[in-house]
Amino acid sequence: MLIAVILALAAGTYGFRVAGVLLRDRLDLPAWARRLLPVGAAALLAALAATAALTEAGRFAGWARPAGVLVGVLLAWRRVPFVLVVVGAAGTTALLRLLGVP
Amino acid sequence: MLRDVLALGAAMLAVGASFGAVAIAAGLPVWATLTMSAVLYAGGAQFMAVGLVAAGSPLAAVLAGLLLNARHLPFGLALGDSLGPRLRHRLLGSHLLTDETTAFTLAQPAGDARRRAFWLAGTLLFLAWNAGTLLGVLAGGAVGDPAALGLDAASPAGLIALLLPSLRDRDTRHAALSGAALAVAATPLLPAGLPVLLALAGPAVIALRRRSTPTDDTGRAPGTRVGAEPTGEGSC
Repeated sequence: MLIAVILALAAGTYGFRVAGVLLRDRLDLPAWARRLLPVGAAALLAALAATAALTEAGRFAGWARPAGVLVGVLLAWRRVPFVLVVVGAAGTTALLRLLGVP
Repeated sequence: MLRDVLALGAAMLAVGASFGAVAIAAGLPVWATLTMSAVLYAGGAQFMAVGLVAAGSPLAAVLAGLLLNARHLPFGLALGDSLGPRLRHRLLGSHLLTDETTAFTLAQPAGDARRRAFWLAGTLLFLAWNAGTLLGVLAGGAVGDPAALGLDAASPAGLIALLLPSLRDRDTRHAALSGAALAVAATPLLPAGLPVLLALAGPAVIALRRRSTPTDDTGRAPGTRVGAEPTGEGSC
């Protein structure tokens, strides 16, 4: 049973991944539609980042995580190297949790 | 670039370790835990599947996981030929496609730089996730809580940092902000995966409007937009 769950999930997920990649070749898209594809990807990534920053299991994730993400975004805005963006975000969240912020 | 990938890779290693530890603690055998990271390779779906399988609902685990991963199809469409010229590149590369890999790749200018970014990020993050899972399986409860290290803030911050430059483009900025707002607002109401897909509504509206424009123009010829552009298309 377990192996069936893993294989079904793996096959379906690979199907989504490879379908998008291979479809791109088959579809003869006009220039404006090709330009829209990265816009769609950016919208998805922004939605993912926002829901991951703010929510946990369908509810508010608490203040520590969004505060850390906000610090990371401000650092990125100031063009601080990416490594420090990641460390700054995680460090802020860790510090706030250490201080008892949920 | 390598240093940037390694930074996010280190966070993925730690989260992978917590996945390994959580899966073993939930009663999953070692082989199943390692296989899941290697052949499914999708963090969110893996945590969800472990929880639902442990709760005795394997069918829900499959359906919920696939709903969560449907976003990879539009990611694949956007990446397209960044994976390489040959079919085998695309078949193998497709397995390495994740949110983070997509963000790293699209942050580069189109062409060779994008292909190099895809394979560098794709390979290293895959290795980090699987090495992390192995560590978690071996160390079990000794793996610290990733929440205490604030690692849940690392990936969203990294994704937004990679997106920032592209937000200078007006269409992208509007799509990203409206998509994020829509997804967050829908999260308490819809099953996981769907809220994020709602973010495609903005770009889809733009697409539908553009698609209907040429046919409208031939009939109505709205004043401001009739330049050289539509006449060339409309006549043939």
